[in-house]
Amino acid sequence: MGTTRIPGGVETTVLGADEIILNMGPQHPSTHGVLRVKLRLDGEKVAGSECVIGYLHRGVEKIAEHRNYQQFAPYVDRMDYIAAVSNGLGYCEAVEKLLGVEAPPRARVIRTILTELGRIASHLFWLGTHALDIGALTPLFYCLREREEILKIYENYCGARLTTHAFRVGGLQYEAYDEFEKDVERFCKEFDRRVNEYEALLTENRIWVGRTKGIGILSAHDAIAMGVTGPVLRASGVQWDLRKAIPYAAYDQFEFSIPTGKNGDTYDRYLVRMEEMRQSRNICLQAIEKIPTGPILGKVGKVLKPPPGEVYHSIEAPKGELGYYIVSDGTTQPYRVRIRPPSLINLEALDQMVRGHLVADVVAIIGTLDIVLGEVDR
Amino acid sequence: MTNGPEEKQPPVPPQAAEGAATPVVPPKPAAAPPKPPAPPKEGPVALDNELVKRYRARFGEALREAWTDRKQAILVVSLDHLLEAAQFTRDDEQFDLLTDLTAVDWPKREKRFDLVLNLYSFSKNGRLRIKAQVGEGEPAPSVTGIWPTADWLEREVYDMFGIVFSGHPNLKRLLLPEEWEGFPLRKDYDILQQDDAWVRENLGIESGQ
Repeated sequence: MGTTRIPGGVETTVLGADEIILNMGPQHPSTHGVLRVKLRLDGEKVAGSECVIGYLHRGVEKIAEHRNYQQFAPYVDRMDYIAAVSNGLGYCEAVEKLLGVEAPPRARVIRTILTELGRIASHLFWLGTHALDIGALTPLFYCLREREEILKIYENYCGARLTTHAFRVGGLQYEAYDEFEKDVERFCKEFDRRVNEYEALLTENRIWVGRTKGIGILSAHDAIAMGVTGPVLRASGVQWDLRKAIPYAAYDQFEFSIPTGKNGDTYDRYLVRMEEMRQSRNICLQAIEKIPTGPILGKVGKVLKPPPGEVYHSIEAPKGELGYYIVSDGTTQPYRVRIRPPSLINLEALDQMVRGHLVADVVAIIGTLDIVLGEVDR
Repeated sequence: MTNGPEEKQPPVPPQAAEGAATPVVPPKPAAAPPKPPAPPKEGPVALDNELVKRYRARFGEALREAWTDRKQAILVVSLDHLLEAAQFTRDDEQFDLLTDLTAVDWPKREKRFDLVLNLYSFSKNGRLRIKAQVGEGEPAPSVTGIWPTADWLEREVYDMFGIVFSGHPNLKRLLLPEEWEGFPLRKDYDILQQDDAWVRENLGIESGQ
């Protein structure tokens, strides 16, 4: 293998006879959307890879500049549609910071409950599809069964299941419905046993361990250098979670721990997410015990006109750090909205993680990164 | 609905008021002694704390401005010192995580782009924003050698704003097709605008709108 110059001065790689380029995607069941990965293969080993993304690019950041602050809120739900509530929480809190207002305590606790349920739903969907990619069919049915319970709570709360637009700038539009606490409690009480069921299927399963242990190792140093956040970073041994580091919503009121891994491999990322589901359940159980009474919407006015300036606000979304950088020019429309999508930046580490592994492991590594292409491409 | 073709008037970017009566706001991860809560104030406030002093001692005039906005520290450095400032920020100030790198377009300004680096420090549990002004056609130094994660982020900025990064290992479009003409997040790129020739040729339709 060597490099040569082709007309136009572009340096290009000449492949040896034993290296081939394999296109994976954009229409491939294990890429969880329209992701194309160009793999450079040496036999069955991956020698390098390149992601081709943008198939779902809709220009969300451009749209934001042409909508007013409230009008843009539903758009963010369509980025990470597996955990739409997290997107909404980050956006609403960022605009609130820009305005200098805070949501009332009741709204903050209800937001926390809905967002943590969203985290469980997101992790369940990840677990089901990730296991399916690796060849374990059963967990998918179990996971979707429990996820359905969460979607029902969303539906009862705001009428929508997926792109919920559950929050408003300044608080909530809807009061919690009558049976809300009961539904959440029933789900949480049952859920502990369910997680144990998933673990019984996978944690000591020889095939599962064989396919995930030592696969796609990312050291803590590399993870930070690559900007990786969320469960992927924590599995590499960095105990960092924005809910603790820079608390938002009502997380400072509840007790929970931050699970971390040791080896930074696919198996550790699996264990971290399993434990995170349990912790989210604990947060929900604590939160329904002390939902304060009071208003759910602060005084924000009908027309939002933040003073000129800028703000960066980020939250711990199920996939990692989801940030909004909003610049205001004092009008009713944002001057610039930059969304820092965790999926995009975690995906960037893919190349480093797949090198030296087999093609079949690429599927496992894409799965373990837990990406949503709607968020990668925006 | 306000997606008409009329262009928004870009405002004058915030300037730190020179010599104004400005309460000193502590850096965000305040390990400093607690101060009485400052009166709520939205918008930019000039910043002059230990962090800024260290940058000023190191970079002098190359540190153009420093202010806080919504209690978030912002430093503006000159473009030719950006790389040096980035190295200093990571190694000496321990901002080891480049959270985000993006740009903002101010077309009426002499140097129209703001390059914006959002940084986080694990040891300080604090954030810092570093900006540099970039003129149209002016190459910006790539920080990929300091924070490898900047690779895709700079490609996206190139893709959307047309800012060229010198020293980037693989500078090409990230989200749009490589042959696409135009830079969509520039303010003079209309929301309905597209590369019609590309759409005709590759999608076989007259317009994607």
